[in-house]
Amino acid sequence: MNRTMPPEFRVKIDQEKCRKCKRCLMSCSFGVYSFADRVIPDSNKCVACNRCVVMCPEDAITIHESPNVYKDHPNWPLSIRKNVWKQAETGGVLLTGMGNDRPYPIIFDHLVVDACQVTNPSIDPLREPMELRTFLGRKPDKLEMEMVGGKPRLKEKLPQNIKLEIPVIFAPMSFGAISLNAHKSLAMAAKESGTVYGTGEGGLHEELYDYGPWTIVQCASGRFGVHSEYLNAGVAVEIKIGQGAKPGIGGHLPGEKIGAEISRTRMIPVGTDALSPAPHHDIYSIEDLRQLIYAIKEATGYKPVSVKIACVHNVAAIATGIVRAGADIVYLDGFKGGTGAAPTQIRDHVGIPIELALAAVDDRLRQEGIRNQASIVAAGGIRSSADAVKAIALGADACAIGTAALLAMGCSLCQKCYTGNCAWGICTQKPELTRRLDPEWGAMRLNNLLRAWGHEIKEFLGALGVNSVESLRGSRERLRGVGLDAQTLDILGVKPAGR
Amino acid sequence: MDHWWQKDISGCGLSGIINWDGKRISGAVIKKSVALMHDRGNGQGGGFAAYGIYPEHKDHYALHIMFTEEPGKPTRDFDDAMKETEAYLDRALAVDLAEDIPVRVTEKVPSHPLLRRYFVKVKQGSLKGTNMTEDDYIVSAVMHINDKIDNAFVFSSGRNMGAFKGVGFPEDIADFFMLENYEGHTWTAHNRFPTNTQGWWGGAHPFTLLDWSIVHNGEISSYGINKRYLEMFGYKLALLTDTEVVTYMFDLLVRRQGLPISAACMAVAAPFWKDIDRMEESEREACEAIRMVYGPALLNGPFAILFGHGKGLIGMNDRIKLRPFIAATKGKTVYMASEESAIREICPEPKEVWAPRAGHPVVVEMGKGIV
Amino acid sequence: MTINAKDVYYRDLNERVREEIKKGAADVVLDNVNGQRYIADGLRGKATITINGVPGNDLAAFMDGPTLIVNGNAQDGVANTMNDGKIIINGNAGDVLGYGMRGGKLYIKGDVGYRVGIHMKGFKSQVPVIIAGGTAGDFFGEYMAGGILVLLGIGKKKNEPIAGGYLGTGMHGGVMYVRGEVDPRDCGAEVGILEPNEEEMAELSAYLKEYCKDTGHDYGRIMKEKFIKIYPKSSRPYGRLYAY
Repeated sequence: MNRTMPPEFRVKIDQEKCRKCKRCLMSCSFGVYSFADRVIPDSNKCVACNRCVVMCPEDAITIHESPNVYKDHPNWPLSIRKNVWKQAETGGVLLTGMGNDRPYPIIFDHLVVDACQVTNPSIDPLREPMELRTFLGRKPDKLEMEMVGGKPRLKEKLPQNIKLEIPVIFAPMSFGAISLNAHKSLAMAAKESGTVYGTGEGGLHEELYDYGPWTIVQCASGRFGVHSEYLNAGVAVEIKIGQGAKPGIGGHLPGEKIGAEISRTRMIPVGTDALSPAPHHDIYSIEDLRQLIYAIKEATGYKPVSVKIACVHNVAAIATGIVRAGADIVYLDGFKGGTGAAPTQIRDHVGIPIELALAAVDDRLRQEGIRNQASIVAAGGIRSSADAVKAIALGADACAIGTAALLAMGCSLCQKCYTGNCAWGICTQKPELTRRLDPEWGAMRLNNLLRAWGHEIKEFLGALGVNSVESLRGSRERLRGVGLDAQTLDILGVKPAGR
Repeated sequence: MDHWWQKDISGCGLSGIINWDGKRISGAVIKKSVALMHDRGNGQGGGFAAYGIYPEHKDHYALHIMFTEEPGKPTRDFDDAMKETEAYLDRALAVDLAEDIPVRVTEKVPSHPLLRRYFVKVKQGSLKGTNMTEDDYIVSAVMHINDKIDNAFVFSSGRNMGAFKGVGFPEDIADFFMLENYEGHTWTAHNRFPTNTQGWWGGAHPFTLLDWSIVHNGEISSYGINKRYLEMFGYKLALLTDTEVVTYMFDLLVRRQGLPISAACMAVAAPFWKDIDRMEESEREACEAIRMVYGPALLNGPFAILFGHGKGLIGMNDRIKLRPFIAATKGKTVYMASEESAIREICPEPKEVWAPRAGHPVVVEMGKGIV
Repeated sequence: MTINAKDVYYRDLNERVREEIKKGAADVVLDNVNGQRYIADGLRGKATITINGVPGNDLAAFMDGPTLIVNGNAQDGVANTMNDGKIIINGNAGDVLGYGMRGGKLYIKGDVGYRVGIHMKGFKSQVPVIIAGGTAGDFFGEYMAGGILVLLGIGKKKNEPIAGGYLGTGMHGGVMYVRGEVDPRDCGAEVGILEPNEEEMAELSAYLKEYCKDTGHDYGRIMKEKFIKIYPKSSRPYGRLYAY
């Protein structure tokens, strides 16, 4: 009996419009609909993914918030009551998907960007040069040069870097968390747009090895699908220490998602649970991180190594340690970062916002004089080109987008990723669902998104009177805060608007 | 109460030697051992503690003092800091010898503080009317200099022992202090990997208090509560390092509260309840009490430590063995280090090499061996 | 091909080894090794490397094929995420051996430390095998997902447990064989203990014969004592953990 759980939504069918084509029955992966002379919805099962609404040719379906009312209590909103009921029923850990949905303040929305007026000119990005090219990786503090035949020559080669045509990359999401078609979409779009995508921790499917120059392969605590060839397949290797949505928490891909393709890619048997330990069991201290970084470098001919961490309290000290341990890229994932599955309480209550973490890390690396030694990638709550511009001004070399990329591929943010029933074919391994996402279509949509953001970033740069993204990078002088307290402004290194 | 403190985080490698028969060993030996673990540090700190090095002054407290910039304090002429310190020492203590600590400047250690040492005793009558011991008196003098005199920092204060430490790789710090000229029966060494630059010589390890010295590897995840617990007993945690916390924790448990060393080890690396539940009644009762009373003293998270105290050397690690720790013996010498190779570098053919169990200390006592 | 590793930094040593193997050396001997990290990391092919001394951490990480013979003890992190190949250690070895190991063999003559065989996995024809001759520390076979983990307890003192606590916690695949007894209270809740059947003993004996040949242990003596089999009760140990 499930009577203590009230439905979240109410599905209404306009029976006059309905032609009984049953597309809704086919579309819904959560089993809302049944048919007996007419379409009958079971609102209890609806997650508001809106697949049926989009697929209905007659526009006969509407989804509403449940009108059922419980007596209000400010300390006990219905969402919290539901959690207690669910746990009383199941005795289980609450699960959720996507990023933190608690109403924490969004600092990006309290930052505004500068523009040129009179004293220096803004630039028209459509007709004048505007450069977004970005290199991720270690840069030396100075160059050793010589002149040969009147032309400069490097005496010593630069360390390997990753070349991006836009300072936005696709966040690592594993094959397992998302479908192979979603991975293909990301790989194709990364190639087309001149950026990179991350494999996440689930290995690299054999069909995607050709996209190596646009791939960052990951080595996480579960070491799924990690072998010598894999480590050498991409342009860099990422050691995933943590994820913004679940700092300090391991992963767990349930056995029912381990089908033939995932089994082959992760190199584990079909149907077993894929457990990712909370820590890497070869990293219990900072010198151990260095040990793994150099083990990977030794095994890959010194490809760049990125270290991805969740933003936590001591993030600045941790990041400096990571750089000193030999990382070429520090990937910061803020507490609004997404996930395919995380314990709800962890997702909603652990970690700190990317804006503050990024500012603190960039500051500290500069104080230590080691900012050149590694690039910073900011992730976990980048929703628009404006967020990306603000993050770059705070000090990021590039941003990574996960949730925005999923939205581009059709996701409606129903947050049910952990059920494996994604009606859009993204966060599921069921063949009847994954085929809903055509990789060509997905890639096209991702490319559109990046093209649009690219234009917008150029507009920001033009308004700022600079024609290359490195003139914005770390230029906090071009940001002002609106409605932020003095302490927060101090951490951000940003003046209040009006100053 | 300051709630704005920022902890200092670091990892590292460590090595220690003790000849429990009192035979003295050259500092060149420990240098060679710790240098092999070069990659466990990052050049931001190296240090040594040596026991038995000042036999001609064995009844004196040997104060090693650096005059240098100090974090959070104004910087002035170091000669002035030295003059003020020496005036204070003359007032408070009987100084029988004052001299520069001999150093050899190399390009590996390009800059360094003014380094002096003072062999002192407590003046007769100083303790009259107080309930202080000589040790207490020395501690208060050390605290006075470190706290009240800008740009002066006492980095060791024990008898017949000394700490030598600074910013650099340990092998370079050993060369700088010319440790090959010292002979001690016990040595510990530390190769530091702080996440932040300290740029401050006092921040290197070992951390010492009277005859005690601690070198430590790992980051203690329970630092916050360990710190507040110690503060309750009047300790001021100035350096905000795990090592400082470990030192004061042992000081509290062993020196001030009189726990046997093995019981103190049990408090900081407590047995698990599942093991306690299986013990026979009296042991179970004792362990349960340790956990109930000393819960805030539990050092939770990865650590391996070497704790030198003049009469012996103790090595141990955390209760789930998150940090490496190897011990070996040959004759009357016991070796302990983060890596076996660091031991073999100075003792190629040990009689016995073993990895001590998690949370189980290796306790070596002078004249007795491993107890 | 012999290389004297005395006082050679790991990066130079490993570069030398890779070069020699690239040039076609089938047998490389490293003398006076002491603490050099990452030996044979990511190395592929069929070469044999003999290491005289104590190699440093992460020996054979990501290795895919070669054979290593260590005449001495080994430190931590041997066979980290190894894919294929064989490692014989004629001595003791440290903690976190065979982490995430997917294939190949790791034969240790003596004792091993904590977290041995952690998250070891098997895949299709790849069956990673770790055999340790002596005793083991806590967390033996933690998260184990595949392969075969064997503990022999040779030289174990009376009353000394053969393995530490938390044996097989989170185990959800593969199998362990322990020569002697373990206290069920020291095992994870996820494992069961049985007597191995004939077929299993036959498979185990084949590995043990090879192990004895490689390490010089006496096969007949080993087989005099009984083995127990430790197996995961479920491939889904955390099926009931979550509220969906």
